[in-house]
Amino acid sequence: MNDALVLGLITVVSAATPLLLAALGELVVERSGVLNLGVEGMMLAGAVTGFAVTVTTGSATLGIICAMAAGMAMAFTFGVLTLSLMANQVATGLALTIFGIGLSSLVGAGFVGIAIEPLPKLNIPGITTIPVIGPLLFGHDILIYASIALTGGVAWFLKRSRPGMILRAVGESDESAHSIGYDVIRVRYMAVLFGGLMAGLAGAFLSLSYTPLWIENMTAGRGWIALALVVFATWRPWRVLFGAYLFGGVTILQLASQAADWFDVPSQVMSMLPYVATILVLTIISAGPWRTRLNAPACLGKPFRPAS
Amino acid sequence: MTATPTRLELRAISKRFPGVLANDSVDLNVAAGEIHALLGENGAGKSTLVKIIYGVLHADEGEMLWEGETVKVADPHAARNLGIGMVFQHFSLFEAMTVLENIALGIENPGDMNALAERVIEVSHAYGLPLDPGREVHTLSVGERQRIEIVRCLLQNPRLLIMDEPTSVLTPQEVERLFETLRQLSTEGVSILYISHKLDEIKQLCDRATILRGGKVVDSCDPKQETAKSMAAMMIGTEVRPLSQREGSSSEKIRLEVQGLNLDSDHAFGVTLRDVTFSVREGEIFGIAGVAGNGQNELFQALTGERPVHIAQEILIDGMAAGRMGAAARRRMGMCSVPEERNGHAAVPEMSLTENFILSGYGRMGLLSSGFIRNDAAEELSRRVVKDFNVKTAGVGASAGSLSGGNLQKFIVGREILQNPGVLVISQPTWGVDAGAAAAIHEALFALAEKGSAIIVISQDLDELMALSDHLAVINMGSLSKSMVTAKASIDEIGLLMGGLHGMTEHQPGPNGGNANVV
Repeated sequence: MNDALVLGLITVVSAATPLLLAALGELVVERSGVLNLGVEGMMLAGAVTGFAVTVTTGSATLGIICAMAAGMAMAFTFGVLTLSLMANQVATGLALTIFGIGLSSLVGAGFVGIAIEPLPKLNIPGITTIPVIGPLLFGHDILIYASIALTGGVAWFLKRSRPGMILRAVGESDESAHSIGYDVIRVRYMAVLFGGLMAGLAGAFLSLSYTPLWIENMTAGRGWIALALVVFATWRPWRVLFGAYLFGGVTILQLASQAADWFDVPSQVMSMLPYVATILVLTIISAGPWRTRLNAPACLGKPFRPAS
Repeated sequence: MTATPTRLELRAISKRFPGVLANDSVDLNVAAGEIHALLGENGAGKSTLVKIIYGVLHADEGEMLWEGETVKVADPHAARNLGIGMVFQHFSLFEAMTVLENIALGIENPGDMNALAERVIEVSHAYGLPLDPGREVHTLSVGERQRIEIVRCLLQNPRLLIMDEPTSVLTPQEVERLFETLRQLSTEGVSILYISHKLDEIKQLCDRATILRGGKVVDSCDPKQETAKSMAAMMIGTEVRPLSQREGSSSEKIRLEVQGLNLDSDHAFGVTLRDVTFSVREGEIFGIAGVAGNGQNELFQALTGERPVHIAQEILIDGMAAGRMGAAARRRMGMCSVPEERNGHAAVPEMSLTENFILSGYGRMGLLSSGFIRNDAAEELSRRVVKDFNVKTAGVGASAGSLSGGNLQKFIVGREILQNPGVLVISQPTWGVDAGAAAAIHEALFALAEKGSAIIVISQDLDELMALSDHLAVINMGSLSKSMVTAKASIDEIGLLMGGLHGMTEHQPGPNGGNANVV
């Protein structure tokens, strides 16, 4: 029983990590005032690139680096379209997702059915074997520790660093930031590229660690959950972590209850939960008085056109 | 060269925007420690010029000299490094961030945040502009927000401070306090470039004035030697004719009655209206004064029906309960309105003037016939507005957004007046409009009142209200003061009502607190 619980918790952590990585990236993007709905597409690009490079070269490290680069390349396309050419962000983001699904299927066609070794788990002799705490705290792979460190890093960056403050300022009022002398477009490019990097990393985690395989459309809506998560967490990094583990937990619970017939709740209801939570948060925010208390960037989704 | 060295010199600065020459070979000299006024109507090119100095815009031609040396100001960072600070007319602040963060964002080397917080407190108190670094900006009054901008500049030890229309949002007491700060800075050797079109302020404060008209320097003068009237003449180019003096309405017929109106705000930083009561008679112009953000928007929405109130009896139009009606129903009862924001509220910028006429006037002017739009009739009426109100436009098919601010405002006011409203609610009738258009709009309102309409003018421009209205009340934190007869009201009293809760109570109005009408 104890073992089953530990195993369950470890699965929750694994299920939560891709959500956390992608959502952290999107959080930074949205804090700069840009709404990139292409997370799903960028994740797929990362997943297929990471897998293909790892299979071809045998180096998972190289695979992860290339996955991040692929995510950034997708994000750069989005940036050129929305930031330089002022295309509509929502439409461009949706297009990016659809493009990512198609492109990843094309690239990944030759890699379906190949299996690889998952990323190595951290294994400290004598410590990892401690019952319960050992495997729970010291039995994961590097990306999981990275995701938690990145949460702290993003939180620190936004709250304490000057570039982070500038980024928040750009998302809060692009006009003001411009008139004080900040390059709004450049700041947003950086944020969008970071978002792509993180989505690519999330994709790599899926195809190299979570299920070390390439399956067409393997993100299965996780990009959308990540987007929802950012709103659910009201644009705060530590709450994204909490939300990711919560949503991850719900996913696992749903799978487990399906298998074990624990509750008399249809599994479809369980898989709806993250979205229901998001709709609730969005409704509360749109009701008005809550907007700023909930931390929504004031310029979210508004294109910025500097005066000459 | 005079005894004081020249701090800033502009030589033949020109700047062209599509279709307009905003600055036409402008020369300007500002001496060390001088308070120099830049005077001109809206659209004269003042803002463009200072944005060039501050590096927000770049001149097409011309040369800028800083303390005798030619400089190129690539961006605001470069300007700040030279020692130029600027307080914008529309503040460049971030509402959801703290005072300290806002200040740190606007200076070059903020250093340690705790040390900066101490310096903010120190400097802000030294200049009589107290600020709490930890507060978030959205919780502050407009006057306090301006302090952030000023303190942000002062922390960089500027040698030239540019102020773009700093007093348009302040109470008379706040203006007086600001002037003390500026005089103190001037004695410390800081040059100040002060943009305004309020002539009495320039007379009080400035050592020299350069007057711009149509992008060119047309004159310069010593404001203390001039009268407000002579400066206005230089600014506008022709003698200004004084506004007609109104005799109050003698009718007893009440056209609009507002009785104990309450309305909760619909957004986080809005103002809740509490127990607003007033009435406006036939032929009366009723002014509502107040500092921006004290419930004017909410009151406008409640009056026009954009947000119906809960109790019908709280608003009576010609004696009929209208509180729960929407805007269209109130229009049918004869209440027309002109909101503050021209583009996007009063008019759809992408649509033609005719279409904009139809949107507001279809009901009252019978522009629909069995559900179809009568385009010819609408065009005819739009042409009438253009002609009667002297709107400069390519034609009634031109998009509303293509008109200049003043011309669009004339069209919008004309559109509502042509519908012969029983009650007209108008917010900021001459905001950002040049003097010629403002005079035309005022005349039109007088004429409408003559015909028996009741007019409610919501404005932050006290001079305008003093000239227009025969009764006046002040809105502060969502409450409306008692109505007073304009001719008997004192500016000091109005100022105190306006500033009620902004921490100014201990501050006595200065000898110049009372501002006479400009002309």
